[in-house]
Amino acid sequence: MSAGQDDKTPSRLERLRQGLRRSREGLLGRISGLFGGATQSVDWGEDLEAALIQADLGPGAAARVVEAVRGSAGATAPSWEGVRETARRILRDILASPPGAAGPGVARPRVILCVGVNGGGKTTTVAKLARRLARDGQRVVLCAADTFRAAADEQLRVWSERVGAEFIAHRPGADPSAVVFDAAAAALARGVDALIIDTAGRLHTQDPLMRELEKIVRVVGRQIAGAPHEVLLILDATTGQNGVNQARQFLAAARVNGLVLTKVDGTARGGVAVRIVQELGIPLRYLGTGEGPDDLVDFDPDDFLEGLLPSAA
Amino acid sequence: MFDALSERLQTIFRTLRGHGHLTESEIRDGLREIRMALLEADVHLKVVKDLTEAVRQKASSDEILKSLTPGQQVIKLVRDEMVAILAQGGEATLRWAGRPPSVILMAGLQGSGKTTTGAKLARLLKSQGRSPLLAAADVRRPAAIDQLKVLGAQIGVPVISGAPGSGALEVVDRALREARQVGRDPVIVDTAGRLHIDEELMTELERLKEALAPVEILYVADAMTGQDAVRSASTFHARLGLTGVILSKADGDARGGAALSLRHVTGVPIKFIGTGEHIENLEAFHAERMVSRILGMGDVIGLIEKAESVASVEEAAHLARRLKKSEFTFEDLAAQLDKVSKMGSLRQILEMLPGAGALKDMPVDETEIARTRAIIGSMTIHERRNPEVIDGGRRLRIARGSGTTVNDINRLLKQFKQMRKMMKAFGRGGGNIRLPGPLGGARSFRR
Repeated sequence: MSAGQDDKTPSRLERLRQGLRRSREGLLGRISGLFGGATQSVDWGEDLEAALIQADLGPGAAARVVEAVRGSAGATAPSWEGVRETARRILRDILASPPGAAGPGVARPRVILCVGVNGGGKTTTVAKLARRLARDGQRVVLCAADTFRAAADEQLRVWSERVGAEFIAHRPGADPSAVVFDAAAAALARGVDALIIDTAGRLHTQDPLMRELEKIVRVVGRQIAGAPHEVLLILDATTGQNGVNQARQFLAAARVNGLVLTKVDGTARGGVAVRIVQELGIPLRYLGTGEGPDDLVDFDPDDFLEGLLPSAA
Repeated sequence: MFDALSERLQTIFRTLRGHGHLTESEIRDGLREIRMALLEADVHLKVVKDLTEAVRQKASSDEILKSLTPGQQVIKLVRDEMVAILAQGGEATLRWAGRPPSVILMAGLQGSGKTTTGAKLARLLKSQGRSPLLAAADVRRPAAIDQLKVLGAQIGVPVISGAPGSGALEVVDRALREARQVGRDPVIVDTAGRLHIDEELMTELERLKEALAPVEILYVADAMTGQDAVRSASTFHARLGLTGVILSKADGDARGGAALSLRHVTGVPIKFIGTGEHIENLEAFHAERMVSRILGMGDVIGLIEKAESVASVEEAAHLARRLKKSEFTFEDLAAQLDKVSKMGSLRQILEMLPGAGALKDMPVDETEIARTRAIIGSMTIHERRNPEVIDGGRRLRIARGSGTTVNDINRLLKQFKQMRKMMKAFGRGGGNIRLPGPLGGARSFRR
């Protein structure tokens, strides 16, 4: 996935920086009043906690990070830069803790299944993933297993043309597993490199729909050994603490092994992802940085933490 | 969560009984628990601070300090403060233009559910006797127009869209002319989802507002949103002057603290709440229910309304008569099961029950109902009406037909027999039994 990426590097970084700059304005706007000088007269722990909570890390995890920073800071009042650096180190360790994603592997076709709640950006992410693979010269089949949302298949079809991928769909209202079955058969018959499956958005509390997802996993696994190789949970960066429940349920139903945080070009920081990584051991894989087909970058802890706890300058 | 919060507060305040008053430190500990709970529910940090401060001041009053149940009193204080925030200004209804058509502009972030919510609103207003028109002004997302068209066809509401390549302004122009010509009101305008920092699209929204002079600009907010909810909504509000909020995707298990934050920070009332994937899942917003939800206290009123919406009075009376005469058959059972499924998933129903917090992780077997229906479906009409004729041979046939086992059939028949017996007892005992719907008796504690 690295070939074809290099020429995009400047704009890729630029996009990310743009997003992060916004977050810096936002976050710094919030805390610059608190961190006026190099040292703090008030309790820095409270300020750090506030910053983390506002980045959606959640009160419990935020408190744990503050405690950890306190533990290594000792009794002296450190500078904001010092606090931030320590906090980042702690967070980086958390983010790096789960085993990395399986490499490209030898599986062919490689099956990638995208799941998540409604409106998270699954269809767009599927298109972006297809685009990345297509840029590397791979042949990709897109499967429209969202047969529920009106015109979801049409949206994916338009994308498939834009990004140069093949496309399999059924009638609206069809059994999603049947679409997946056909798409897997087509991927095998045509000898393509990858099959990317777009599923209907579903709230993780809807048991019948979660059972349907289990069935999709079973069906594709029966046809292609080891499939789905990647199961990506698409999570909107604006999601609050409910994100943990979402991840837990999708993990149980579809053995999620990667997290994609979308819409990080907004002002939301997606701090709940830290909890998901820590509590469920699902690694962060990609960040969605915009509406264009190229706006998907590999997850980089430093970039992500720059958004979560921006530098003062 | 509320169960946990309530318990922790009780523990903190229990000492009171010993020494007869609440100490400062007890109040502080209690407020810390409240703070954690609200933050966990995604209430914005600033709103949490305001709220806990208000509660702290009131909690120091003599009345609370001397109360025998300070824990509950403090919870009540929190509750009341939250209801006050959400309910200020009274019931939030839609406004209408003096001269039709009234224009309702839908705005919000990508993926918040604008298109679906716009169609849901059209269906709701149509069911109230209006004749809405939908305008597909989201010319940005691939297939957004198709999505609205499909939804419009489902609910029988016309959808106006532009020629390919036309801009949002052209679309709304056409929609307005069409509405005036054929007398449709209101015009509900679906717009492109955008980030609040997308200058180009925000400007487009401002132009739409200028051109349309909408009576309502409704911001669709995802109930699962975290701390950022306040910032994005504030930006939209500053640019457009929002008139209302619709909270979408509230059928999940998110506490929906964003609702409280939005209301507190922007002052814009929440008018509707989206409660499911289906087109009819849009309801008026109720402050007290939302507070119960944020605190995890269950939603009994919502449950009763759901039960009422699927069971008519006549049906209920009819069923009650049959029960009294102990004529209850498998046909009646099947009808009742249909009603239960119409109310939503079992888990949804369970979550509306107060105190069900502890049951949250209990596995709910949604397939049980499906299995029972399948079994009944495989019976002949004669068997459904006269279960006693179902012998071994018939059981085997029914099991084969429904994809179950004879054991399943036996169990159902046994349960059915017990059900009948119980009902017979009821029928003899009270001359006035009421079994309106799937939740027998629910109706009676409302009126």
